[in-house]
Amino acid sequence: MALDPAFIGRSYPPTPAYEVGREKIREFAEAVGDANPAFTDPAAAKALGHPDVIAPPTFPFVITYRAAAQVVMDPELALDFARVVHGDQKFAYTRPVRAGDRLTVSVTIDNIKSLAGNDILTVRGEVHEESGEHVVTSVMTLVSRAPEGE
Amino acid sequence: MPTAISYDEVEVGQELPAGVFPVRRATLVQYAGASGDFNPIHWNERFAKAVGLPDVIAHGMFTMAEAIRVVTDWLGDPGAVVEYGVRFTKPVVVPDDETGATIEVTAKIAAKLDDRRARVDLTAVSAGQKVLGMSRAVVQLA
Repeated sequence: MALDPAFIGRSYPPTPAYEVGREKIREFAEAVGDANPAFTDPAAAKALGHPDVIAPPTFPFVITYRAAAQVVMDPELALDFARVVHGDQKFAYTRPVRAGDRLTVSVTIDNIKSLAGNDILTVRGEVHEESGEHVVTSVMTLVSRAPEGE
Repeated sequence: MPTAISYDEVEVGQELPAGVFPVRRATLVQYAGASGDFNPIHWNERFAKAVGLPDVIAHGMFTMAEAIRVVTDWLGDPGAVVEYGVRFTKPVVVPDDETGATIEVTAKIAAKLDDRRARVDLTAVSAGQKVLGMSRAVVQLA
């Protein structure tokens, strides 16, 4: 059954703060094979004008993906997660994520549409530092494929 | 300024140095751990085939992370990426052998924007197929 468009605009409360540590950034940078010293060496990051090591551009997904679980698991929305694939992903950065950040994510359902039996769900996560400073906006599209034979 | 690349020296159509990124099963296990995305389609061949995939596939977010390295290596400062978006069009299939798969990334300057920014269009190919679509970044230049 198609998702109810009445859920467009639904917002979820901000997530508890996620504290970004230098070693978590290092672990992520190593996992994507990226040796840029701005991710691991505070002196190199400072030379570029950052107060501490920064995270690779796709790192915020680690946090926004967890936050999006509120939507995916929302019993009222009733999304069939077994059929969900990640359709697209966008980030708009006010500044890079950096070590020492305490980040909360406020999730909103921006859009729901049906296309050829597939449900297409656009989920926006606004990532703020605990101080209130905006860091990055993540917009992901989740596609819930139509069950076979429908 | 954070990046050494000057807006004035950049031209539309200019190619960035390309990148070739290997991805093996072990790479995906490492990425799963670092990212927290433990979906078994990224490490369990039996499970991947049961849901209709040809084999284990890379995380789309892993491919997205590799593609932007062409831009951040060129910029020097990864913090100069202002926007970045991709569409996941085809999976990167990662066989269980010594070589695994490769992701080949090319990028070019697509447009010069206001405020000394530029749009970079990316192409990522694995096994001869485009794996990302609409893959674009906006960067802040000096």
